[in-house]
Amino acid sequence: MAHGPKPGFTRWLYTTNHKDIGSMYLWFSFAMFLLGGCMALVIRAELFQPGLQIVQPEFFNQMTTMHGLIMVFGAVMPAFVGLANWMVPMMIGAPDMALPRMNNWSFWILPFAFAMLASTLFMEGGAPNFGWTFYAPLSTEYAPPSVTFFIFSIHIMGASSIMGAINIVATILNMRAPGMTLMKMPLFVWTWLITAYLLIAVMPVLAGVVTMMLMDIHFGTSFFSAAGGGDPVLFQHVFWFFGHPEVYIMILPAFGIVSAIIPTFARKPLFGYSSMVYATASIAFLSFIVWAHHMFTVGMPIAGELFFMYATMLIAVPTGVKVFNWVTTMFRGSMTFETPMLFSIAFVILFTLGGFSGLMLAIAPADFQYHDTYFVVAHFHYVLVPGAIFSITAGVYYWLPKWTGNMYNEAMGKVHFWLAFIGLNVTFFPMHFVGLAGMPRRIPDYALQFADFNQIASVGAFLFGAAQIVFLFNVIRTVRGGKKATDEVWENPQGLEWTVPSPAPYHTFSTPPVVR
Amino acid sequence: MATESSYYVPEQSRLPIFATIGMFLTAFGAANWVNGGSSYIFFAGALALATVLWFWFAAVIRENMQGLNSDQLKRSYVWGMGWFIFSEVMFFAAFFGALYYIRTFTLPWLGGEGDRGSSNMLWEGFQNTWPLMVTPDQAVSGDAAKVVGPKGVIDPWHLPLLNTFLLLASSVTVHVAHVFLKKNKRQAFNIWLGITVVLGAAFLFFQVEEYLEAYQHLGLTLESGIYGTTFFMLTGFHGAHVTLGTIMLLIMLLRSVIAHHFKPNDHFGFEAASWYWHFVDVVWVGLFIFVYVLGA
Amino acid sequence: MGFKRLFAFPTVSAFASTAFAQETAQKAEEGVARWGVNMTQGVTEVSRTTYDLHMLIFWICVAIGIVVFGVMFYSMWRHRKSRGYQAAQFHESTLVELAWTIVPTLILIGMAIPATKTLYDIYDTKEADLDIMITGYQWKWKYDYLGSDVSFFSNLSTPHSQISNQQPKGDHYLLEVDEPLVVPVNKKIRFLITANDVIHAWWVPDLAVKKDAIPGFVNESWTRIDEPGIYRGQCAELCGKDHGFMPIVVKAVPEDEYHSWLNDRAEQAALIKELTNKTFTFDELYERGKKVYASTCAACHQPNGQGVPGTFPAIAGSKVATGGMEGHMSMVVNGSPKNPAMQAFGAQLNEVDLAAVITYQRNAFGNNMGDTVQPIDILNFKNK
Ligand code: HEA
Ligand code: HEA
Ligand code: HEC
Ligand code: CUA
Ligand SMILES: [Cu+2]
Repeated sequence: MAHGPKPGFTRWLYTTNHKDIGSMYLWFSFAMFLLGGCMALVIRAELFQPGLQIVQPEFFNQMTTMHGLIMVFGAVMPAFVGLANWMVPMMIGAPDMALPRMNNWSFWILPFAFAMLASTLFMEGGAPNFGWTFYAPLSTEYAPPSVTFFIFSIHIMGASSIMGAINIVATILNMRAPGMTLMKMPLFVWTWLITAYLLIAVMPVLAGVVTMMLMDIHFGTSFFSAAGGGDPVLFQHVFWFFGHPEVYIMILPAFGIVSAIIPTFARKPLFGYSSMVYATASIAFLSFIVWAHHMFTVGMPIAGELFFMYATMLIAVPTGVKVFNWVTTMFRGSMTFETPMLFSIAFVILFTLGGFSGLMLAIAPADFQYHDTYFVVAHFHYVLVPGAIFSITAGVYYWLPKWTGNMYNEAMGKVHFWLAFIGLNVTFFPMHFVGLAGMPRRIPDYALQFADFNQIASVGAFLFGAAQIVFLFNVIRTVRGGKKATDEVWENPQGLEWTVPSPAPYHTFSTPPVVR
Repeated sequence: MATESSYYVPEQSRLPIFATIGMFLTAFGAANWVNGGSSYIFFAGALALATVLWFWFAAVIRENMQGLNSDQLKRSYVWGMGWFIFSEVMFFAAFFGALYYIRTFTLPWLGGEGDRGSSNMLWEGFQNTWPLMVTPDQAVSGDAAKVVGPKGVIDPWHLPLLNTFLLLASSVTVHVAHVFLKKNKRQAFNIWLGITVVLGAAFLFFQVEEYLEAYQHLGLTLESGIYGTTFFMLTGFHGAHVTLGTIMLLIMLLRSVIAHHFKPNDHFGFEAASWYWHFVDVVWVGLFIFVYVLGA
Repeated sequence: MGFKRLFAFPTVSAFASTAFAQETAQKAEEGVARWGVNMTQGVTEVSRTTYDLHMLIFWICVAIGIVVFGVMFYSMWRHRKSRGYQAAQFHESTLVELAWTIVPTLILIGMAIPATKTLYDIYDTKEADLDIMITGYQWKWKYDYLGSDVSFFSNLSTPHSQISNQQPKGDHYLLEVDEPLVVPVNKKIRFLITANDVIHAWWVPDLAVKKDAIPGFVNESWTRIDEPGIYRGQCAELCGKDHGFMPIVVKAVPEDEYHSWLNDRAEQAALIKELTNKTFTFDELYERGKKVYASTCAACHQPNGQGVPGTFPAIAGSKVATGGMEGHMSMVVNGSPKNPAMQAFGAQLNEVDLAAVITYQRNAFGNNMGDTVQPIDILNFKNK
């Protein structure tokens, strides 16, 4: 079994190797990030000034919808799965994923699913235009015909996620090297184990809700129509039962990555390992009982309103534990600030800011003023962009030398970081202001008092986009060559992945290592 | 935990990419079909997907018989099947949840009770009943209504009760078959498994009866308001799972009878199918209570 | 230094936002609030408590942020390898971990108490002096004053030429309507909110009222406005193409002014009823129809009658608009049997306006049918 990859493109098409599949996931996700990012740039360009300049309202809505969908399902989720593919087997001392052929299948579904989704842009009546949350009846009775293709692409995307998640659960529970007890697993593995459970639990619910839509649209059922005894709000409950855990699916692996990086560059063990594990589990548990905080204004009974408000506020506690643990890990460490560390530190700060605005949103009476404004847009971009995207970026810089055997260019990495950091804050911070001042989200044109901050945000978006070109360039350069990386790469990093050569051989741990 | 010294990582495989293409064509074809296009793409895709899966399972079986599968890999299959079934449970949960929400919140509100009872001003004359025989639309528009409630509903104590017995019995018979397999009583295994398949098919037969009755005599259809909606979606998806389960068990039977597969200590293919069958059975019990008994 | 900037960021922005808030308060008086950075305090008791709640939580978060980031920046500054700092090796402390679980919980309880109180207040819609039914349509609002005959639609009044940048934009660009909602001050007004097609949300920041308008269901909310004035808001739930173009304007007036306004409206309604029996000339109908078309139909069928290909059909050369009169009336009065986006305008427009807009469509955009339809014909059609 000691042979390397097959030559030619069939290597990628037929592969069963977790490293190949991981790379494909990562490249795919980056492509989707650029695509979704370009759509964001269309949005930002239109919002540069009041008035309609570049696009018409119906196309603007398609951009918003596709941007949200592509970023969530195409960029962030596959990127985390890609990292899991690369790192989980290496971190637990396994030769590969538990079910390697299914692993390949999970990946290859995605390009097809997204091709189908993107093709709706060229269909009659245009692409889905009802927001990434696709509330009925706008997405059923009033939807363009392309909604059917959207529904089926969600179906197969969901199948991909479920298979991927099952694979990860099986790998982690079944493939650990001798001595690798659960409480010795790196936090990235822990957070992914819990994320995989979230996926298995909620992706079928998403499949269920799009199936209900399909039936309402084409087969005359009445799920979301009061005339037949249904309820549009039912849609929202089912959607958010999926949707809220979904947002934690996009952040828990990020916690794992940062928990790997900060100790390395603080040269100090992670503070509170076991409380990190319990905190992750509590967040996952709570994520199932807070969904209706997205629906405070739909007119729930007050008891529901209060329950969901309290439960949501509670999430601040375990998340706080994590933040405090990271800060304490840095405290009295011996810190250096290489690119992965810079991204991780920015993660801790900016994610916390996003968490604070999340907590403000959780206060139901205040949310009556915030809901569906740019304040919400600011909140979720703070947790998603410097949250999910920064952590992925940090992870890529951190492990890239292990993957390629070459060091990335540190100076270019720092340039990338500072451009991204400044660009991001210039883009998303002003959104808090316009949101509080009363600008609704999902609008192609706005009243004059919002003009100045929107202009700033648009400039920031292009800056942030430009930063990503630096990233792309740096990664390609590193893949092609550069200074050779040592096996350990960093100063005394912890974990099995650093015990194998750089670049990691095509097959690692064919004989399991023994963990003391 | 790994104690094995070597782990079989399958060589490159064409199966996944072909399965993907099959799946994509199925999904794309289905969308095209319901949007008014032709159904060919869908059927071509479904056929392709089924074929690929056939070869895929064949490959797994072959590898196992060649002794390539370590105990560890076998455990991975076990975990995989287990969590797959859990994901199916969550799929059904979405529909049961919808039924619960409609009955506890939506209909009372539309009928004028509770926090959002003022909704009744839009549907004057509408009353909350279950089964919902008169839809809100009918209450307001009378004969001009577009969504018309059913004239009658299925009596739980006839066909559904019979079907409950059939499915519960089939869960027992598949278990008995399993016991015989473990004792290496091949003949008895085949017979009991055969009985299970027959019971499954009988269930499906009666379900078709029931649907015909509903459509032809009771005016109970997918389109007859929320009662018909939840009734057919829940029982329909369950029926689809019974169909799949029956096919799986039938294939297991043929594997045993024709190809003499399965060993007393190594028969996960059969075991997975039987788990699936038990799961389908449990869902039915839920349906019988929440859809039929509490719905009549 | 890079990380100094990092440090400056959260705190400076926190202070900056209060400074900005004061500035805004001044500018708001001048008319257009530019650089608005904070939630409005509004003009009702609920809006002020909401604002206080918002600021309370905001300052708590700022305080926590200062502590957490303070420690972090301190160690980033002091505990650097480049300063030769040796790493300590501690990695747990049950006591500390317990403390930072309990303290945040207590802080949260502290926030939850005022939040709960405010919520109870907002939910208490009992004992209202006045009931107004609000119905969201794609893309306009309808107001029914329950218990009186007064009922009307409120459409965006910003001209298309401003939106497409052919004319300079007015002060209340996109936040102005043809018919504002007029309400009395110092009265408890109960809103009954629903929608006709998709979900909308009725939101006026100054009243701190935001409630989803859900087709088939009625949500309740209430307000009591302290000061006369004009308060502007927008639809706050994505409802299709012109979601960004369905503003809300509330005009709060002293009670007697409100009553005389209400009487005027009732008289007008009676007047229209009389007009139904009048026979109009072609030109009268055409001119009136042009206005109705612009306010009600142009959103979809476009000002030039060309529609949006694939979504909204053209009126120019339309088979319906150049075909039989019955078919045309049926399409407009009863809506399209196939596509719910083409609503039943029979219930939304009065007979005069219906007759006018149909006449207009049959003769504008090169349709040149040359025929007219009278209000009485519409009435007869409706009664059939
Ligand atoms: C990665 C994704 C992510 C994450 C992690 C979060 C985290 C949180 N979110 Fe967010 N959220 C989204 C993604 C995310 N969210 C998205 C995408 C939407 C919009 C969807 C749409 O409508 O399109 C949304 C919308 C959203 C809403 C609905 C708003 C509305 O539409 O009106 C609410 C309301 O409660 C909310 C709350 C929260 C809370 C309380 C957290 C908490 O988990 C945050 C916890 C963290 C902290 C609080 C900071 C650290 C803690 C401390 C330092 C401890 C001490 C602190 C205190 C005691 C205050 N979010
Ligand atoms: C992980 C998820 C994620 C990520 C990473 C992003 C990233 C970005 N988002 Fe997005 N966003 C969402 C998830 C995400 N978003 C969601 C869920 C919604 C809600 C949708 C809905 O309402 O339904 C939303 C909505 C949303 C809106 C509100 C739209 C509306 O309400 O109408 C806006 C507006 O500014 C916006 C902007 C941006 C910008 C500028 C970025 C930037 O970070 C993007 C940066 C990337 C690039 C720019 C591309 C890379 C660079 C190139 C291709 C090179 C070329 C570029 C240059 C030379 C400049 N997003
Ligand atoms: C919210 C969008 C919307 C508004 C507002 C709207 N329409 Fe329509 N209209 C439609 C749609 C969609 C159709 C296509 C219906 C179909 O396919 O059956 C349509 C079709 C029509 C047709 C038939 C055109 C044809 O050739 O099929 C006429 C006539 C018409 N509308 C008149 C009007 C009038 C008069 C008004 C205003 C009083 C109006 N519409 C306002 C969406 C709208
Ligand atoms: Cu109406 Cu948005
Ligand atoms: Cu949430």
